[in-house]
Amino acid sequence: MEHYLSLITKAVFVENILLAYFLGMCSFLAISKKVDTSIGLGFAVIFVLTITAPTNWAMNKYFLQDGALAWAGFPDVNLSFLNFIVFISVIAAMVQLVEMILDKFSPTLYQSLGIFLPLIAVNCSILGGSLFLVEREYTLLESTVFGFGSGLGWLLAIVSMASIRYRLRYSNVPSHLRGVGITMLLTGLLSIAFMSFGGIQL
Amino acid sequence: MALLDKKSKKAFSDPLMSNNPISLQVLGICSALAVTVKMDTAVVMSLAVIFVLAVSNTVIALLRKMIPGKVRIIVQLSVIASMVVFIDLVLKAYFYDMSKQLSVFVGLIITNCIIMGRAEAFAMQNGPWRSLLDGIGNGIGYGGILIGVAFFRELLGSGTFYGIQIIPDSFYAAGYQNMGLMVLSPGAFIILGLIVWAQRLIANIEEE
Repeated sequence: MEHYLSLITKAVFVENILLAYFLGMCSFLAISKKVDTSIGLGFAVIFVLTITAPTNWAMNKYFLQDGALAWAGFPDVNLSFLNFIVFISVIAAMVQLVEMILDKFSPTLYQSLGIFLPLIAVNCSILGGSLFLVEREYTLLESTVFGFGSGLGWLLAIVSMASIRYRLRYSNVPSHLRGVGITMLLTGLLSIAFMSFGGIQL
Repeated sequence: MALLDKKSKKAFSDPLMSNNPISLQVLGICSALAVTVKMDTAVVMSLAVIFVLAVSNTVIALLRKMIPGKVRIIVQLSVIASMVVFIDLVLKAYFYDMSKQLSVFVGLIITNCIIMGRAEAFAMQNGPWRSLLDGIGNGIGYGGILIGVAFFRELLGSGTFYGIQIIPDSFYAAGYQNMGLMVLSPGAFIILGLIVWAQRLIANIEEE
């Protein structure tokens, strides 16, 4: 249990997927103008990451890894070069599936997350999460926890940035620095703040 | 010059400065920052992106009349993903250390918004030759910023340029210290913010 708690703390604070690995910057810069849309997108990212991480883990374990196809009688086949293509297709398919299921069973949730779901397929943090779990050789449970934690970290980062930008409206930023420039500088400061979590050990 | 008429020239030169993909269109920042601690990784990453962007743009421009509108995103993604797999395998085969350093970020070229963005916004409407130029132009515009960020981060963070020491030993003896912050992730955000500011100041572009 402790191991998973420490993994989740690490994914949320110490190695925040956005502030330490720069993943998901595009939607972060575009969406963080408004607090409520940021919250919506943040939850959609958590949702999709938590689902795709274990799915891609299973794809990697049972189809792609060196020797993974031993169960089908091909112990010498190594399909790991296909991992990018398989992962991105799984993500695109999962997003589509989630969209359809939500539409059918929870129209209210679909209404609030709906417009963000297609955007998420090309959010780097989702593919990044899957690639990290292969590189770090996580187990199934670790992958799920890591996916959830990364999503939570992303939500935290985008919501804090949206709130900062909301307050920023009243300040006098040099005209050429407005928009992306000031957001990047603020992200830098936020990233320094998150670095102070670096020493946490659970 | 039938090869480079005005419109083709514009497709190539606009993204270099006045419509730069990173600082003005704000695309493709995701994978850009993590590889800019040192010059060599930034250069390899830029070359990879230029290649993927040029080839995928051309292929999509060639196929544009055959791609049904509803599945175009998937078609574009698979063209891009195949190019990225190609780059990844070449790096693994000939530059193994480099591929280890770039780790997951080569794969993340797939979700780099510039590539999808150009395929969708330019290659779907224009011919292959112009799309190729647009791809190379955007790739160079992207690489320029990447290498600019890497230049400052390496110079200030480790006192070197492409691995060669620039700051003389006498400076260190006199008490000069490398700026540790530049090697960490906040350094990338701050440098990029400043570069965006400088570029918008020069090009005189304001955002409301």
